Amino acid sequence: MASEQKPSKSQELIEQNLKRVFQESVDEELPDRFKDLLARLKSSEGQDGTPK
Amino acid sequence: MTQLDPRDELIEHLPTLRAFAMNLTRDASTADDMVQDAIEKAWRNFDKYTPGTNMRAWLFTILRNTYYSSRRKTKREVADPEGVFADKMSEKPAHDGRLQLDEFRVAFAQLPDEQREALLLVGASGFSYEEAAETCGVAIGTIKSRANRGRKRLTELLHLSDDDPLEMTDPSTMAVVVNGSGAF
Repeated sequence: MASEQKPSKSQELIEQNLKRVFQESVDEELPDRFKDLLARLKSSEGQDGTPK
Repeated sequence: MTQLDPRDELIEHLPTLRAFAMNLTRDASTADDMVQDAIEKAWRNFDKYTPGTNMRAWLFTILRNTYYSSRRKTKREVADPEGVFADKMSEKPAHDGRLQLDEFRVAFAQLPDEQREALLLVGASGFSYEEAAETCGVAIGTIKSRANRGRKRLTELLHLSDDDPLEMTDPSTMAVVVNGSGAF
């Protein structure tokens, strides 16, 4: 893709902070409720005959 | 031959999906409810997912649809961050020229959903403009202009002065709006 215009310093700052803020959320440990949920979904799927 | 169940791939995307939800809703418990909802929906609709295509974009789409439909229903009870953080914002950033992460977070939370979303997708998650457009169901030019408006607003909120003016991006943005609308 076309490399657009050169980003200014403040735009670079914004991009960096955006990535840092997001990465902090990504790095948070996943709450157990999601592992439990996936386990529950998986086990219920066996019952309605979905092939594994 | 072992065909990997695409459902097993789901868990790999959960940290990013949740990060997207948290930064979109700006509220951890709302975000987690939405993620749970999205997982359940995805699970029920896995037959509509084509293996080998972009699962991340597919999941993000489900999640954002959940968000925007609940936003329409409940006219947002989330506290307006603008008032809460107004004092903090009046201060000039960075005595040492660096931007405090907290300050950035506060400013970012003030952006309209659509701009925040565009920046989260292309700026933070590393989506291409095409992917982001696909995820949001809009034209590429729309994503570009939302992201640019978001960046511009952040520049203002954070009192960053811009040596090379952002207006420069407008003609190219407009060109994309004009040319890119049929792209997807």
